[in-house]
Amino acid sequence: MNLRKREEQLFKAIMLLSLLVVIASLFAVFATVIIRGAPSLSIEMLTQVPKGGYYLGGGGGILNAIVGSLYLSIGAIIIAFILSLPMALYLNQYSGKSKIPEIIRMILEVSTGIPSLIYGVFVFLIMIQVGARASLFWGIITVAVFITPILTRGMDEIMQTVPIKLKEASLALGTTRYETLVQVIIRQALPGMLTAVILAFGRGIGDAASVLFTAGYTDSIPTSLGDPVATLPLAIFFQLSTPIPEVQQRAYASAIILLAIVLLLSAVSRILSRRFMKYVIK
Amino acid sequence: MSSSTKRRYLKDKIAGKCMMIPAIIISFLLFAIFSLLLIHSEQILSMYSLPDLILSSSWKPLAGDFGFFPFIMGTVWVTCLAMIISIPISIFSAVYLSEYAHPKIRKIIQPFIDLLAGIPSVVFGLFGIILIIPVIRDYLAPMAGTTSSGYSVLAGGLVLSIMVFPILISIIYEVLGTVPMEMREASLTLGANKWETIKKVVLRKAYPGIIAAIILGFSRAFGETMAVLMVVGNVAIVPSSVFDPAYPIPALIANNYGEMMSVPIYDSALMFAALILFVMVVAFNVASKYVLIKIKRRTA
Amino acid sequence: MSSNNSDTVKIAVNNFNLDIGTNEILKNINIAIPKTQITVIIGPSGCGKSTLLKSMNRMNDLIEDLRYEGEIVIDGQNILSKETDVTELRKNVGMIAQSPNPLPMSIYDNISYGPKIHGFRDKKELDRIVENALKTVGLWEEVCDRLKDPATKLSLGQQQRLCLARTLAIEPEIILCDETTSALDPISAKHIETELLNLKEDYTIVFVTHILRQAKRIADYVVFLYLGELIEHGPADEVFNNPKDPRTKAYLEGLFG
Repeated sequence: MNLRKREEQLFKAIMLLSLLVVIASLFAVFATVIIRGAPSLSIEMLTQVPKGGYYLGGGGGILNAIVGSLYLSIGAIIIAFILSLPMALYLNQYSGKSKIPEIIRMILEVSTGIPSLIYGVFVFLIMIQVGARASLFWGIITVAVFITPILTRGMDEIMQTVPIKLKEASLALGTTRYETLVQVIIRQALPGMLTAVILAFGRGIGDAASVLFTAGYTDSIPTSLGDPVATLPLAIFFQLSTPIPEVQQRAYASAIILLAIVLLLSAVSRILSRRFMKYVIK
Repeated sequence: MSSSTKRRYLKDKIAGKCMMIPAIIISFLLFAIFSLLLIHSEQILSMYSLPDLILSSSWKPLAGDFGFFPFIMGTVWVTCLAMIISIPISIFSAVYLSEYAHPKIRKIIQPFIDLLAGIPSVVFGLFGIILIIPVIRDYLAPMAGTTSSGYSVLAGGLVLSIMVFPILISIIYEVLGTVPMEMREASLTLGANKWETIKKVVLRKAYPGIIAAIILGFSRAFGETMAVLMVVGNVAIVPSSVFDPAYPIPALIANNYGEMMSVPIYDSALMFAALILFVMVVAFNVASKYVLIKIKRRTA
Repeated sequence: MSSNNSDTVKIAVNNFNLDIGTNEILKNINIAIPKTQITVIIGPSGCGKSTLLKSMNRMNDLIEDLRYEGEIVIDGQNILSKETDVTELRKNVGMIAQSPNPLPMSIYDNISYGPKIHGFRDKKELDRIVENALKTVGLWEEVCDRLKDPATKLSLGQQQRLCLARTLAIEPEIILCDETTSALDPISAKHIETELLNLKEDYTIVFVTHILRQAKRIADYVVFLYLGELIEHGPADEVFNNPKDPRTKAYLEGLFG
């Protein structure tokens, strides 16, 4: 009996330790990046584009990548949203009893699991076919394709939580299915959908593999969709690849900026969903 | 029927048809990716037999040698190591959160796990370079009696394991939640303690779900590109120890895309690598879903 | 009034109060549950019967925000004290829930689960225990050739008897039944009642039910709870035929419930 209790205590300790390891790794990642990167973080980093010789230690910053990433991710999330919303609605309202939504959901799940690299390769192959060059436009396309399944699944999950009673009540009042959707379901699902959008946006802005071949890289801020564009993750990667310590340090500082964006997105999504919860019927 | 009602019904019908369009698009996307990759692999597949490509270890693309074995093994070593580390830690964490933790603690921990899931791949790579590589080079390798540059399977496995935690923990946590409370009560009323109940009843019932989670974790780990690329060394050898460098398939593709345009056969080889990766990821993903569906049927 | 005469009293509930959150669920309960008899706790739904029952094997510990005062004394020990080894208590006080809850294992393993936890390892010993338990509940003939089958393959009535069998396998002295036959068809319910009537010679049984006719069939001793208070208790004959409290009378006549 004592043995049984001891065993329980032992495993409880192991479990707590495991959880600690997980949380500790989170802190470790943040801590190492922040500690190593903070010294090189400066206003210039945020407000200037790389000047000549930046990669050899010269002046400038990564404004090109910050703005580039924003352009790209915002473009991508808009497209993804336009594609995802109807799909999520379709899965949740128009499906009836058929097996089609199940199949589509399955395909969506598999699509979310495809590495972003493969999406990048896919779009790159298309670019070669049409003779296009890496640019903001193709970067947006790639990231949009890659995050659409993620966004769709997120919205689908939220919409599935809308109680059936609500939909039934609306239909019983004589509204068409479309009207039910817009006025009832979307309002109910709004906070969750916002979270899904922000989450997908975060995935898009942080991804390097998808834009590696398709968005190009440049030291300037793009002025048209056909220009190549720099992205933060690639900025980090390229700065790291130089042999010059100062530039490598700047890579760490760039990582802080990227982490800050991720943290900000996470915080914003939490605050927004709490704010909008008051419209939601429980 | 009044004309405004007619209009509403028409809107409804059109909206219905429109909504189907993206659904059709997404359904064909996977097929399109597979086809495109297959088409581009044709060249190399027509010149070399499949066993030659997969089993040969000689990778000298400019000389015409395309042995993928080192890359396959690189992927296998790094992924398996990452999962060996991550699976127990994730299961224990999920069990704790599900069975022992106070709801308040769960609420506090949840955002941290979500945050971990949101960290971009490059940042993990950076973390690996700053912390993991020196530790391996200066402490772990000498302790094990070898030397290593730090860029190794171990570095890749460690970094990858951290990246896999959120997926495993959240799925296993959910699976544990589906075990009915009545089962736990049955065990407890017979005089078992909480841990025995978890060991003999909860985990037993959750077992298939946990397997599904693990398979899914593998699938995600296979495809992880940037972080692993930055710390694994990118040397095309078949690793013989965790301190050896390796060259997983995603790294191969990402590193050499520049070559793709110049030498067509090289290009085809890389597309074949991408095809292998794609097939592996989809296969594991589907296998995982299959297991989950079987569970649902059994309990329904 | 509770008598603490341990020759006839198995469970003594003394000044027992229980709250969940801000709700008073049980108020000042004082009962002496007699040994080797079937004590039935009756009363309308939601008046604390199950809660009282679950206090006797400390299964209430699982509920959040639950507080209690008072004692429940079994064999001279207050089982509500912090020092009580709950796993030992539950070996001694078995419980069968309202809906059958077989463990996700074979019929054999369901029954051998309890004994194994409590230290029985010998295969022959376990075989014997399983056979005895199944024979006692009348399942042996029906399942002896498929002991390795999953328990979920049995019908609901069989599953509930299985639950009774696995409780018997750990050799408790007390068996608690929480509306144990409510989820079953009348024939299976009758089976269980018959088995309990046989078992009462060796076991102290406490049975919660909201079905008066069932109570009348099986009770030796009756406890009537209403809105968390103990209204009346006594030997079955007295309470059923000569209720002293007007509320008891009203309930027995079906005026509320």
